[in-house]
Amino acid sequence: MLQVLWNGIFVGSFYALVALGYGMVYGVIRLLNFAHGDLYMVGAFVGFISLSALGVRTGGVGIPLLILTLVATMLVTGLLGVALERLAYRPLRGSSRLSLLITAVGASFALEYGVRIVAGADPQVYPVRFDLAALEVLGVRLSGQQLALIGFALALMVALHLLVSRTRRGRAMRAIALDPRASALMGIDVNAVVSQTFFIGSALAGAAGFMAGAYYGKIDFLMGFVIGLKAFTAAVIGGIGNIYGTMAGGILLGLVESVGTSVLGGQWRDVLTFGVLILFLSIRPTGLWGAPVAERA
Amino acid sequence: MSLPAVLNARWIGWLGFAAALLAPFVIATPYAMSIMTSAAVFVMLATGLNIVVGYCGLLDLGYAAFFAVGAYTAGIMSTRLDLPLLATVPAVVLVTAGAGVLIGLPTLRLRSDYLAIVTLGFGEIIRVTAGNLDFTGGPSGIYGIPGLAVGGLDLSDPVVFYYAVVVVVSVAVVGAARLSSSRLGRAWRFIREDEDAAEACGIDTYRTKLAAYVAGAVWGGLAGVLFAAQLSAISPASFTFLQSVLVLVAVVLGGQGVSRGVVVGAVFIALGPELLRDVADYQYAAFGVLLIVIMILRPRGLWPGRAGLGRRDA
Repeated sequence: MLQVLWNGIFVGSFYALVALGYGMVYGVIRLLNFAHGDLYMVGAFVGFISLSALGVRTGGVGIPLLILTLVATMLVTGLLGVALERLAYRPLRGSSRLSLLITAVGASFALEYGVRIVAGADPQVYPVRFDLAALEVLGVRLSGQQLALIGFALALMVALHLLVSRTRRGRAMRAIALDPRASALMGIDVNAVVSQTFFIGSALAGAAGFMAGAYYGKIDFLMGFVIGLKAFTAAVIGGIGNIYGTMAGGILLGLVESVGTSVLGGQWRDVLTFGVLILFLSIRPTGLWGAPVAERA
Repeated sequence: MSLPAVLNARWIGWLGFAAALLAPFVIATPYAMSIMTSAAVFVMLATGLNIVVGYCGLLDLGYAAFFAVGAYTAGIMSTRLDLPLLATVPAVVLVTAGAGVLIGLPTLRLRSDYLAIVTLGFGEIIRVTAGNLDFTGGPSGIYGIPGLAVGGLDLSDPVVFYYAVVVVVSVAVVGAARLSSSRLGRAWRFIREDEDAAEACGIDTYRTKLAAYVAGAVWGGLAGVLFAAQLSAISPASFTFLQSVLVLVAVVLGGQGVSRGVVVGAVFIALGPELLRDVADYQYAAFGVLLIVIMILRPRGLWPGRAGLGRRDA
């Protein structure tokens, strides 16, 4: 049982990482960026392509090289997110919610099938399997890679927390989330801050994608679809726009999933998750820690 | 006559109907018939989604779920209970309407973007569940579904079946258009334009939205029956998110709320891959880009329809 819980926490930290970017973008410009999960997928592919280009074969890879690839991946997905906002979402700011949502679906579709053109429809196998020593705690096997990845994820979350709560830029983001027009009147460059938000959110998604690729070893062009939905579920559980709630929501969703699948069987995992999503939205749409949001904020 | 005047003329619908009837005289190979029949079924799907997205402005990203519910209900009843396909139609209407109420009831009070994501999740739930359960045949689905027959008359010959489908779909298209110019249809469009104002004018927005959702579900379910009759076998693989998005592209391309535009959009999406074989790899990515470009440049769709409330969008 403890093993199940640990696995849940591990998977949940991935969800939290993707959900943070999702929630950030939603919090700042009230846009459900369906393409967010696909940026995760792009991150996995960028990591894959750069590792292959560096000539990495299966076997031992130095940690510095991995970190370098991770940073490069975050840079690429971050810039892609910025480009997406600039080309697809910004021209529509102020138009109806329906138009924005349809545009986001289009962006998601374009990314998925664009990657399929470049990388093919078949799953690719990641060239790295980094084997680190495993720990045994209370009869639970904590593999070295799991610990390393959770460490990475936590570090990124702490960095995000510091950015949003302690810096000028973070304050600008929070101001825009409250009231974009008043923020502009107060001299905040709204476009610049929105671009930065997209950069950070997309970079986090890319990082999670790269880490998932390195951990699970297999990637394909549709891998972002389900994770995007799950990240949104995590964000909803935690209360959308609430960073700490979102982190907790991700972990909670991971726990629900791993406990649920050990009871019901793995084939029901996604049904369970989306059931939780629908349940939450019906009963408590503001999440466990969210503030109520009106349709016309 | 100017182009918009021609495109908005009353007889343009008859012209489309005549074109559909004459198509088998141009080409009637079994392959062509099956493609054209699929295109007609796709038109029905797009018409149904148009009620939800186009008339009422609610984004449904799991529309394939209702298509699946209809196809599975018809398939299971006809194979397990040995019923003719036609006899399953009342049950299909009931079940898909029930599914529409089930998913709409808790979610239609929510913000519109939450509705979009809930429907996305619902689409996945239906597909995964159909693949996991025994009575739905698991991943391999249901096969041996009987063809369409009316009384003693067998309609399963490809050309005859095509005509039957064209007639049913035409009735569905006209029915949706009539619905849109009814009192209910005006309420839908009012909600699409300004939900708060609609509510303030005394429209029960919750029930009106639910009505659109249920109508869309029933249209999708009936399209599912046609689909099951055509292929005689159904499996979860036919009801993916991809399918839902393709229907959405058809609606957006043709012009949300303009049924003639939606019909053209659906025919284009259904036949495009057949006509443009060489670029098949690029088409889905292109559809994604197309959605973005249309939303930015022509949010009302490519069909130059008459805009505004109070006029007929039919």
